This record gives sequence, structure tokens and C-alpha cells, in this order.
Amino acid sequence: MKRRQFNQALAASVASLGFPSVVKAQSQKLKVGIILPRSGYLGFIGQSCQKGADLAPGVIKQMLGVDLELMNADFESNVDTARTRAERLIQEGANVLVGPFDSGAASAIAQVAEQRGVPFVINIAAAPLITEQGYKFVFRNFQTAGDIVRNGLALIGDLFQATNTVPRTAVFMHVNDTFGQAMAKGIGAFMPRLTQLPFKIVDTISYDPAAKDLTVEVSKAKAANADFLLLVCRLNDAIILRREMVKQRWNPMGIVSPGSPGMYEEQYFKTLGKLSEHSISNVPWYNPKAKLTGVVEKAFLKQNPKDKLVFHGLNAGFTFEACLIAADAFKRARTTDPKTLADAIRQTNITEKMMLGGPIKFNEKGQVEGIGSACVQNLNLLPTVVLPTSAATAKPVFPVPGYKKT
Amino acid sequence: MGFDLVANVVVAGVLTGLVYGLMALGLSVIFGVVRVVNFAHGEMMTVAMYAATVLFAMLGLDPFVVALPVAAAFFVFGYLLQTALINPFITRPEHSQFMLLVAVAIVMVNALLMVFGPDARNVQVDYQLDSFEIGKILIDKARLFAAGAAVLTATGLFLFFRYSLTGKAIRACADNYLGAKVVGLNVKKYYALTFGLGCVCVAIAGCAQVLLVDVTPPLGPYYTLLAFVIVIVGGLGSMGGALLGGVLIGVSEALAGLFIAPSAKSMFSFGLLIVVLLFRPQGLLGKR
Amino acid sequence: MTKASAALAVLAAFLIALPAFADNYLLSVATLILYFAYTGQAWNVMMGFAGQLSLGHALYVGIGGYVAGGIFYHWGIGPWAGLWVAMALCVALGVTIGFLAFRFGISGVYFALLTIAFAEFTRIGFDHLDWLGGPGGLFLKVAQRDTWDVANFRGPPLMYYYTILFLTAAALAFCAVLLRSKAGYYWQAIRENEEAAQALGINTFRWKMLAVALSAAMTSVSGVFYAFYYNNLFPEQVFNIGRSIEIILGPVIGGVGTLFGPILGAVVLTVLSDSLTELLAAIGWEIPGIKQVFYGVVLLAVVAFLPNGIWPAVAKRLRL
Repeated sequence: MKRRQFNQALAASVASLGFPSVVKAQSQKLKVGIILPRSGYLGFIGQSCQKGADLAPGVIKQMLGVDLELMNADFESNVDTARTRAERLIQEGANVLVGPFDSGAASAIAQVAEQRGVPFVINIAAAPLITEQGYKFVFRNFQTAGDIVRNGLALIGDLFQATNTVPRTAVFMHVNDTFGQAMAKGIGAFMPRLTQLPFKIVDTISYDPAAKDLTVEVSKAKAANADFLLLVCRLNDAIILRREMVKQRWNPMGIVSPGSPGMYEEQYFKTLGKLSEHSISNVPWYNPKAKLTGVVEKAFLKQNPKDKLVFHGLNAGFTFEACLIAADAFKRARTTDPKTLADAIRQTNITEKMMLGGPIKFNEKGQVEGIGSACVQNLNLLPTVVLPTSAATAKPVFPVPGYKKT
Repeated sequence: MGFDLVANVVVAGVLTGLVYGLMALGLSVIFGVVRVVNFAHGEMMTVAMYAATVLFAMLGLDPFVVALPVAAAFFVFGYLLQTALINPFITRPEHSQFMLLVAVAIVMVNALLMVFGPDARNVQVDYQLDSFEIGKILIDKARLFAAGAAVLTATGLFLFFRYSLTGKAIRACADNYLGAKVVGLNVKKYYALTFGLGCVCVAIAGCAQVLLVDVTPPLGPYYTLLAFVIVIVGGLGSMGGALLGGVLIGVSEALAGLFIAPSAKSMFSFGLLIVVLLFRPQGLLGKR
Repeated sequence: MTKASAALAVLAAFLIALPAFADNYLLSVATLILYFAYTGQAWNVMMGFAGQLSLGHALYVGIGGYVAGGIFYHWGIGPWAGLWVAMALCVALGVTIGFLAFRFGISGVYFALLTIAFAEFTRIGFDHLDWLGGPGGLFLKVAQRDTWDVANFRGPPLMYYYTILFLTAAALAFCAVLLRSKAGYYWQAIRENEEAAQALGINTFRWKMLAVALSAAMTSVSGVFYAFYYNNLFPEQVFNIGRSIEIILGPVIGGVGTLFGPILGAVVLTVLSDSLTELLAAIGWEIPGIKQVFYGVVLLAVVAFLPNGIWPAVAKRLRL
């Protein structure tokens, strides 16, 4: 609080001196460098994130009266390119960087941001290390892998309670990449502590993120004869896996993700049709009942008349919030000076937000704590919040239809 | 580990391996005759897969029906590619040929990305999720059909090379470039024909594969690598070797996935490749 | 002073003075160019000089980076010590691959595929090596931005720029000496016609092994640089076959077997790639993939019309 007061006092006193740059500040635009993987293997999700950035200037102008100018960069799902794109964005005058969905790219960009002293607000990236490096210009409004797992597992407990089910065994399948491994570690750490969970993991199967065919993996999982499937996936592998389950006639009580992308993405519904039904993802999500969600949804539909916000919920939501954080700090800092901006971001306290959880406040490491997760189940071909009850728009279905106890 | 689990996995491995084998057959035939390694092979496969998805989306045609026109188009494409681009490179050093085809591959992958975007595409036919049940073994219907198409195409190609006059002429060009020229064969024309035939294999393999796998642009480089592994294991230039290599890789990956870690299974096929290169560099069925 | 050495002196002076007027972005691009120039030069020793086509050079970059990075990460020992371990390991690996290949008479396409296989094998192996981060990546503690901690090779971009500039210059000098040495002449003989070289009494096996060992050692250094410059390593990234191809694009475009080819190639490719990005952004054609298509077409044109690379043509034009 002290520093904030100091800054305000400073700004006020400088303004009273008639310092032209600060007076100009409020009429000036904040240049936000949006850096996302819009092509390459993460291309689909990068484009989904971009939708959240694209609607930000309009909504934020209306909310805060602040002008944002987006500078878009595609890092082509390549960490090297992410680094050079970040350098270039800063060179071209970006006052703050927002992105990049991917943990690897996030750590590369963080280094550039730190070296150049330009604030970097991470929209999505779960690797815990990024905010453990003592960076002063790096901020993350997303759960770390550990938080995702803790919240995700807790929601699984709630799900069983809400549906009066007591599965005893689970088979755990996870994708073997940066994210999947962090998640698997988290599950290994938290499972023993969460004694209220009734089930045990009977087999763990990790698979290649680039897998084109999961016949063997699914055969193996089926043979474990577990009550339900605990799945940490990406998008394409989730689709392949779901189909393979049908081919092999494996009908567990359900598929539950303790927090991973894939099963709530538009592509999952488009490709699988009714097979997408009832899959469950416990992920950071937007509150469908929040006021801001309504505003964002309206803006989203205006820009993408044929699309639905719900298919881009996590991606667009967190990208929008990252822009919001930057704009809010800009409004308070009254300048585009990166250092002042970073200090202002550190003082963030946004209560009117879109995503579930408490207010957006950064701790000393630049990490937001207390971001909530929701249990999102695919119902009637739409990702639907079924838990927590306060945000739910439908009731969870578990065990899923088609399930036969063998 | 139960017997039926292993049996299921092995059967799936054999069937998948046959489709891979057909893809690799194209590479093998091209190398065997033209002596050029097609580094854009997997990319061509993805082009065929996209063609099948487009024709399915527009006309609702089954990929197996579509396979014929796609194969014809690919034949023409391969013929022209060899005539226009690769023939002048026949006498150039290997790395030069390699770079040429890498450039072709880069253009193909990214042109696909431009046109279709990064989303995965697929076809949805009504039998896609069906399986035959034989005892305790479940056989994926689409996979069985795909493998059947692969075997049929490979047989046809084998008969062509064995008995047709053109096939014999192509083999002559492969065995003795100078000799074939002396006898008065238009070697470059036969090279172009061969490249076209290699592309036919890829086209049919692609149409079959699209029933099993969703297609994205980055699939191309992956298939190129896979085709290489198969062909080296089986024997570059050997037709039977390509199919055998495909089945071997299919089954060994499946078993490695079952008994070791699934995510490490492709390590196993590269390991197999290294072993074969060291102890039988001409491949299992290749001739030196 | 010949025209060539005068030109070289001007170029050196320009590169040394560059940070004085270049902004950070330009400096990062220049660092990237030099990195590719150096690595391309290292590859060139094996392919350009001795005629052994390696398509798996990312293997040495990756091992070099991971070894020095791992030593720093786990024990806090800086890269000046780690470098030697990395180099020794890469040489051992290169010699093993070379020994297996040359002893069993593997050459040409088969040798190239063997190098790919080793790189891919290692990539998947590192995905399962938890000690070095596995697929989750190895993160090195990032540097403060103004201090030159030379002992641990941590510092501002300027330090990395001068380091890679020095490395590139040293590699160039070293290769120039090599080419004029006995080894250089033997290699050329082997490259042009191995059987003839053997008939002349050259122990081709031994000289080929030397080329592989030198190339692996030089490439391991670029791996160490890579690790400490980027501070993060992922098996999927560093060992990727795409990386191996990136390494050889420069020398192939610039001119295989020439001294300046790898450098010129790296400049052309990086500048081309960046100006294309710029151009496409300016005219608003930011369709994913379009840049790489252009890139591919240019590559195609160079390979088709300048089979020996750009450098020989340029040198001829400039009468160097």
C-alpha cells in the first residue's frame, strides 16, 4: 500500500509540475503485445486465446475508459521464435506483454521481459517454476500445476458426493509432456493427502503427446478394469482416446480430467459429436453467472457471430483477464512507463472479474492465488458448469449413461 | 497380463503396420529405381489425407471410394514433380537432392496450414467405430478395411513390376542405368512413371489412414520419419521389405507400449532401426 | 593486404562495433545469426570438408547444452568446467556413431539416416530422464540483467553477443587452418572419391573419424552457448529433427564446403525470415504458414539455381 500511495503522490506532484508526458499519459494508448502460438501444433488453442484478446479493447474501453492498442505476434509454437518475437514487440514499443499459453514459451518470454524491464502478464501456463525464479516483471493470473491438481481432485470428491457414487478404483492416463508431467507429479503429491477421496489409482499410463494411435494405451487401461478414467490430456489425443474407447467397447463410469485442456475445446465437440457427451474436466473456468461474463459474451458474439464463448471459455477468458490486468494497472499508473506499470500491476486488486475465484491480487512472486476451478461437464454438446453449485447451470451426471457394471 | 490383451494389441499392430507398410512401399519403390530419397514423403501422405477429408466433407464420399481418383491425381502429380523438379537433380550430390525435397516438404506442410489451418480434420463414416468380435479379440472394422486396401494395392504393384512390360522396363532402369539407356529406354520417363507409382501408394495409404487418424499439418514430418524407419528396417528398394518393415514396426511398437512405457514406444523403433543399420545395413529383405 | 582480407577486417570491425549502434532487437537477431553461423560451420567440417552427411546434428547441440546445463543446475558449477565434460561426451558419442557406421561400411543416405535415428532415440530418451527435467524441461536460473558474471556465464545480451562473435571468428580461423592442413587435403580427397583416396594409401577410416570428432566437439560448444543463452532446454525442442535441418540450411544455402558459406547462409536465412515477417505484417497477410511457404520457395530456388550455394557466386562476382 505504501508504494502505491507513494506512486500516486509522485504522479500527482509530477503532474502539478506540468510534466507533459504524464499529462499526456491518460490520453495515450497502452500498447499491449499479444504473443500467442497461432500456428504450429498449438495453433488451434492460440487462435482460441486470440479471440479473448481481440475483444479486450472494446470491452475495456467501456469498462475503464482506457484505450488499448493490440500488437499481435505469432510465435509459431516455437520457443526460439517466442523469444525473438518478444524482443521485437518490445522494440516496436509494446508497454506490456500478454501471452503465451505455453509454459516453455512463457519461460523464454519471461527472460526477455525481465532483461528489458517490461511487464509480462501470463494468460495461461501452469509450470510452477515460472514464478519461482525471482522475476520482478513477470505476473501470472493462472493456477500452477499444483493448484490445478489440488482443486481438480477436490472437485472430484465433490462430484462423487453430489452424485452419491463411490468409485473404488481409477486408471490414470496422462500425456507425457511439460504440462502432463507437472500434473502427474502433482497428483502423486496430493492423492495420499486427500483421504476423503474414496478411490485408489490402480495403474498409471503415460503416452506420447504426438501419439496418433492410442490402441495399446487404451487396451492396457481397459485391462486395468478400473471404475473410472482419470485423464490428463491435450486436445488431439483426447479425441483419439475417446474414439478408441468406443472401438474397444470400454465403458467406465466416466472420464474425469483433474485439470487439463482437451475435452472442453470446440474441436472435441466438432469431431466427436455425441461421443463428446458427459466427459468431465475440472479446470479454471469462467463464472457463467458473473456480470462481466455477460459483457464479454456479448462482445464475443459481436465479433464471432457463429461461435460460442463457452468453447473458448478458459482460453479467451484468461487472455481477456490478462489484458484487463494490464489496462487496470495503466489506469492507476497513469503512464506507460514500464517500471511504474509493473509496480501498479503488483498492486492490482480486481474484484469485478470473469473467471472463478477470489479477486485478482498478485503475491510477492507475481502469482495470483485463489483462482477457482469448476467441474465442467459436456452436456447437450456444450461445456456446462455443474459444480461448484454457486456457479452451476446444470446438475452433474455420474456414472455416465452407457455405463454397465461388468 | 492376459493373453487376450496381448492378442488384441498384436492384431491391431499388424493391421496398422500394413497401412504404414504401403506408405513406406511408395518411398522404397522411388528409392529403388530413382535412387532419390523422398524427404517429402510423409507430407504427400498428409496431402492425400486432406484430399480425402475434403471430398468426404463436400460429397460425402467414403475414403475408400475416393482413393481411386486421389491416386490418379497423385500419379499425375508425382509424374510432373519428377519430370520438372527432380530429374535435373539426379546427378547432383545427395545433400542437394535432400535439400530440394526438404524445400518441397516445407512448402507442402505450410501450404496445408494456410489452407486448412491447424485444426485436426477427419472423416466420419458409419462403420468407423464398429469392431468385429472374434472370441475375445476385438478387431476394429476400419482398421481391417484399411489393411485390406494396403495389401490389395501392394499386390497390384508387385504384379505390375513382375509381369507388365513397363514394370520390367522400370526394373531394368533400376538395375542398370547405363545399360537401360544403351538399350534405348527413355530412362527419365520411367523415373517419372516410378515416382508417380510411389505417389499412388502414398495416396491410397493416406485415404486408408484417414479413417484411423485425424490429420493435421505437422503429421507430415512424422510420417516421413516413420516411412524411413520402416524402409530401412525392411530394406530400401525391396517391396516385400517395406510391408514386412511396416508390420514389424507396428507390432514392436504395440508390444513395447504394452510391456515398457507407451510414451517410449517410438524409441523402440528407432532402436530397432539402429540395430538393423549396424548389423544388416541393407535391411531385412534388402539386397546389397 | 589482399582484397579478401581487407573485406574481412572491415566486417570484423563492423561486428565488433555493432552493439554501439544496434538496439536490443537487432542485437538478438545478430546473436541468432552468429549462433547459426557457428553451428553451421561445425556441421560443415563433417559434411563440407569430409563429405559425411549428418542430419542429426541437433544431437550434439542437445547433449552439449544438457550436460553443461545439468552440471550448472545441480551443482552450481559454471560452464567453463561443464564445457569440457559436454565436449568429451559429444566426442565420445560422435566417435561411437562414426565407428559403428564406418566399420560396418555405412555411408551416404544410410549414414544420414543413422544420424537421424540417434538424434530421435536420444530425444525420446531425454523425455524419460527425470534428472534433467524430462519433458518438463530444464530451467537454468536466469541472470540479473546488468552484471557480467563471467565465471558462470550469466549476463546481459551483450556478453552473449561477444561470446558467439568470438566463437564464430575462432571457428572460421580454425577451419581455415584445417582446410590448408594435411587433414583438409585428405578430407577433400575422401569427399570427392573415397575409393580413390583409399587406393592412394589414405586411412579413410581414421580421417573420417577425426572429422566426426571435431565436428561433434565444435557443435557441443554451441549447445553449451544455447543452454546458457536461452536458459531453458526441452528435449522436444533441442533434439528435434527440425533443429538438425535448421542447422544445415545455412551452410547448404551459403555453400557447402566453403569457409564463408555457413556465415553467409545464416545471414541470408535469418534476414529473409525476419524481413518476411515484417513484410507480411505490413501488408496484413498474417496467415499462419504463409511465411514458411515463401521460405520454402526461396530455398527451392537457391537449391535449384545455385547448386553450390550463394557464396561461390558472390565470391566470383566480387572477385575475392
